[in-house]
Amino acid sequence: MKEILEILMNDARTTPEEIAKMTGGSAAAVRKQIKKYEQDGTIVHYKAIVNPEMVEGNQNMVRALIQVSIVPQKDVGFDHIAERIYNFSEVKSCYLVSGSYDLLLVVEGNSIQTVAEFVSSKLSSMENVRQTATHFLLKKYKEDGKIFKVAPRQKRLNITY
Amino acid sequence: MYVAKHVEDLPPSGIRAFFDLVLGMKDVISLGVGEPDFITPWNIREHAIYALEQGYTSYTSNKGMAELRKDIVKFLDWRYGLAYDWDSEMLVTVGASEGMDLAFRAILNPGERVLVHEPCFVAYAPLVRLAGGEPVAVVTTEEEGFKVTPRKLEAALKKGTKAMILNYPCNPTGVSYTREELLGIAAFAKKHDLLVISDEIYDELTYDFEHTPLATLPGMKERVIYLNGFSKAYAMTGFRLGWVSGPEKILAAMTKIHQYTIMCAPITSQMAAREAIRNGMKDVQAMKREYNRRRNFIVASLNEAGMACHMPAGAFYAFPSIRGLGMSSMDFARDLLEKEKVALVPGNAFGSHCADHVRISYASSYDNLREAVVRIKRYLEARRG
Repeated sequence: MKEILEILMNDARTTPEEIAKMTGGSAAAVRKQIKKYEQDGTIVHYKAIVNPEMVEGNQNMVRALIQVSIVPQKDVGFDHIAERIYNFSEVKSCYLVSGSYDLLLVVEGNSIQTVAEFVSSKLSSMENVRQTATHFLLKKYKEDGKIFKVAPRQKRLNITY
Repeated sequence: MYVAKHVEDLPPSGIRAFFDLVLGMKDVISLGVGEPDFITPWNIREHAIYALEQGYTSYTSNKGMAELRKDIVKFLDWRYGLAYDWDSEMLVTVGASEGMDLAFRAILNPGERVLVHEPCFVAYAPLVRLAGGEPVAVVTTEEEGFKVTPRKLEAALKKGTKAMILNYPCNPTGVSYTREELLGIAAFAKKHDLLVISDEIYDELTYDFEHTPLATLPGMKERVIYLNGFSKAYAMTGFRLGWVSGPEKILAAMTKIHQYTIMCAPITSQMAAREAIRNGMKDVQAMKREYNRRRNFIVASLNEAGMACHMPAGAFYAFPSIRGLGMSSMDFARDLLEKEKVALVPGNAFGSHCADHVRISYASSYDNLREAVVRIKRYLEARRG
């Protein structure tokens, strides 16, 4: 049944009927399994991967990677402060990492000012946040295994033995 | 007028004309392609680039780079428990096609016969003829699942037969054989003291059971010329790299021809192959899973659309029937191309008895497969009224 996940992770638009054909099961069984994945949180969400550079009026949109050093708290460790941070809608991704800082955030905003404003007024000022380092993204080449470049034309001949 | 008669007599010209028609047409959905739609995995391409940067631009040993031959031998032992000597029983060729050509030229005296199962890859019979031999067709039918059986072989056997070809998984039918089935074929070969040229280029694309190399069966290693290569499993068709393993004496004879005609396989491709054989398995497995899903998808969809299609065990081809439409596969292919812009290969390309079938390659994206099925269905409905 892991195969259903592999198929959906590659193309979430694949219908249960098609998945059934691909895996040799019934559409009803596939639908049931997907429902189960959705309910138990295995499948979190479905969304399109968009290249922001191609979206009209979106050219000013900026993204930043922000490294955050925090002071862990008794009993809850990093989780409590992480939750306070990732609940901001500006924070698109949030990871706890090993190494010289603790949290790695991906933050999005309409302009450099918006992001800077978020860092100074919301993030740095937070109790337990020791230090931040903000890196603005200049270009997105690849995300989640997908390359952000229009695929080159098929180079195969149309017919061969 | 300068062309030798036996060459002039060779190719089926009708198919060529159809191919030209396809190649000249735009916006065609093609299910006619006999190669993977994946691009060679990046680590392999990167290694080829690295080789060029490092100045690997010379000839290699006639038999191929020692490191590559050792790696292939090690791989075969790990993958199948198949043991060959890297120096005397392994030859790196320009695709498995070259290996096939060398094999016939090395073993055939004028007029000696070779059993060739049909349907089969287009090159076998012409290569036998070019080597001075005589191909003898072993015709398999849809009713028998297009399988070669000892009974079929016995019935086709003629005096003066020296060898037989076995291609599994098979292009164009996708047929493959279990170990038990192969034991029967092996017994036939031993009984009549035949060499078997075993073309196992699609071995990694076997979906329903484990692939068994013919040479691993008891008593077969000394009579099997084993052909394989990098084209299909690693999506490396354009690199043109294959290999042959077999009995030392035959390999020595093949190497003799190879050294005069080819010298050696291209070094860039050999370097790429070294990376493939060492670090390629993960990608091979991922591509196989994808082909398997497409196989299930296309066979179910074709049957649904009213095109009877058996389930192929391997390769990336389906071989559905067009029986009952009252037309030959060539007319069908031409008409489908003109009306719905879907290209496939008419069955008669793969044997004179295959005019009831067409070959559909599912080495194509789901978008293509979905749309092609819609168009085929529409065509069939219009045709049947």
